[in-house]
Amino acid sequence: MSADLLHLDFKLRRPGFKLEVDKTLLLDGVTAVFGPSGSGKTTLLRAIAGLELPDEGCIRFGDAVWFDSAAGNVLSAHRRNVAYVFQDVRLFSHLDVRGNLDFAARRAARAGRSPDFETAVEASGIGSLLERPAASLSGGESRRVALTRAILSCPDLLLLDEPLTGLDRAARRAILPYLRELPERSRCPVLYVSHDLEEVAALASQIVVIDSGQVSASGPVAEVSRTLDLGPLSDAAGPASLVEARIQSVEEGGGLMRLTIGDVPVYLPAARDARSGETVRLFIDARDVAIALRPPGPVSIRNVLPAHVHRIVSKDISAEVLIDLEVGGAIIRAQITRAALEDLSLETGQAVHALMKSMRLAGDFR
Amino acid sequence: MPDLGPVILSLQLAGVTTVILLMIGLPLALWLAYTDSRFKPVIEAVTALPLVLPPTVIGFYLLLLMNPDAPLGGIWGSLTGGTLSFSFAGLVIGSIVYSLPFMVQPLQSAFEAVGRGPLEAAATLRASPLDAILHVLLPQSARGLLTACVLTFAHTIGEFGVVLMVGGNIPDRTRVISIAIYEHVESIEYAEAHVLSAGLLAFAFVTLVGVYALNRSYRLRVS
Repeated sequence: MSADLLHLDFKLRRPGFKLEVDKTLLLDGVTAVFGPSGSGKTTLLRAIAGLELPDEGCIRFGDAVWFDSAAGNVLSAHRRNVAYVFQDVRLFSHLDVRGNLDFAARRAARAGRSPDFETAVEASGIGSLLERPAASLSGGESRRVALTRAILSCPDLLLLDEPLTGLDRAARRAILPYLRELPERSRCPVLYVSHDLEEVAALASQIVVIDSGQVSASGPVAEVSRTLDLGPLSDAAGPASLVEARIQSVEEGGGLMRLTIGDVPVYLPAARDARSGETVRLFIDARDVAIALRPPGPVSIRNVLPAHVHRIVSKDISAEVLIDLEVGGAIIRAQITRAALEDLSLETGQAVHALMKSMRLAGDFR
Repeated sequence: MPDLGPVILSLQLAGVTTVILLMIGLPLALWLAYTDSRFKPVIEAVTALPLVLPPTVIGFYLLLLMNPDAPLGGIWGSLTGGTLSFSFAGLVIGSIVYSLPFMVQPLQSAFEAVGRGPLEAAATLRASPLDAILHVLLPQSARGLLTACVLTFAHTIGEFGVVLMVGGNIPDRTRVISIAIYEHVESIEYAEAHVLSAGLLAFAFVTLVGVYALNRSYRLRVS
């Protein structure tokens, strides 16, 4: 794994669309490019890959100049040492799986890199598919092959455009752990385009938020999700929050594990690969958070957390109100009805109890 | 035994025309399939002209161009010392013009069906544009490529008007099958005309069955 500076400073205009970026990113591990559909995520990725040329500006990666309109420099896509996994996969239909992988490995070897065919195939679990025609693969299989093909190209930067789109939950669950290990396997930083907040939370350490063709925020995921309202940008249904938690103990009895948000303990069903001491992200749907003024009596909900009202986000026309609760230093969003807000007469700073009906490890699609 | 001269000459003409047209048609179809130029419709129309013009019109203008005093004929004359009109070389040039759409249109359709996607994928896997064309685009367009060559070959075998205008009727130089048939009929040699005509009919039928069986999606279009 290596960290590289990606310097983006360009304008790209197309009919009815404009992308303006001025940002230097320190890429390390997985960096998510997040934003709603049509915000320019894919165009940004294509411009970085050299598939789309900006009208003006420059793009530099490490020491290499990829695009510089002032100096008239354009480095062709095939010389940029990037690999790109497309949303529509794009395996070569005239080749079988082995042929697709060889296509990348041969050219990487010719460029002086050393692709490791056996290791890459084994890691992605596609050994049994090698002789299959590319056109005969299922959605999940072809994504795996496309990812493996990209790795065998031995790029300096791996670009993924929504590689989980169109996969069902089972296929997502199967491929996510592999994606998580990608930076280590490919030994290069990964830029990951997604409009799914939970995917971002599960995979990325950093995030670049794009909205209407401009970068509206960037930085570590936890930091950005604290300061910026990612919910409305997400196409996923409804508001939600992302909270970092630390696993304290994986054997609490009853198949539970104990985590802490700040110093507030919470209990969750133990995840298979969870380790004590690990920091994870919890994905919490705002509709699964209820608010009580006093600790409730006997109740089936296991996680009743001490909280303070941090902010009340109320839109006049809506019957629903969003309440940001502060729990152990983190912000958890709750969605309640306007009538409930009036009944409880909540005010900023008030101490309440947050009843967490459900929360889960981000990316744990169960 | 019928005279085999016209048959051999026709096959030679079709073979040479197909090879040369492949070299012209590939880059032209590539450009047409991937360009955003506003001149694309103009070039497409020029390419399709031979489909709608009477062969006599093409033949007439070619004949004018091939005149030793005209540019094309003049250059040819200074290079080879011969004349283009009423020669095999003149026939080849005429056939190239006349069969151009039969090469370019199936190729263009095939390339457009492949689209930019696979070429972009190849580029992001370190393949240069030429590498991507040779190892991704052409293999994925293989059926279109074969269709284009077969149609060009067959169409050249079957041409009459341009050949008659440009080449005349010189045994072993410009007397191809269609001309030979014409002459047999003129001379009321129906038996000889039958042999060549039936042969051409069978050839055309078998070829087209082959093309349509090969692929139903690359039919010719006049656009």
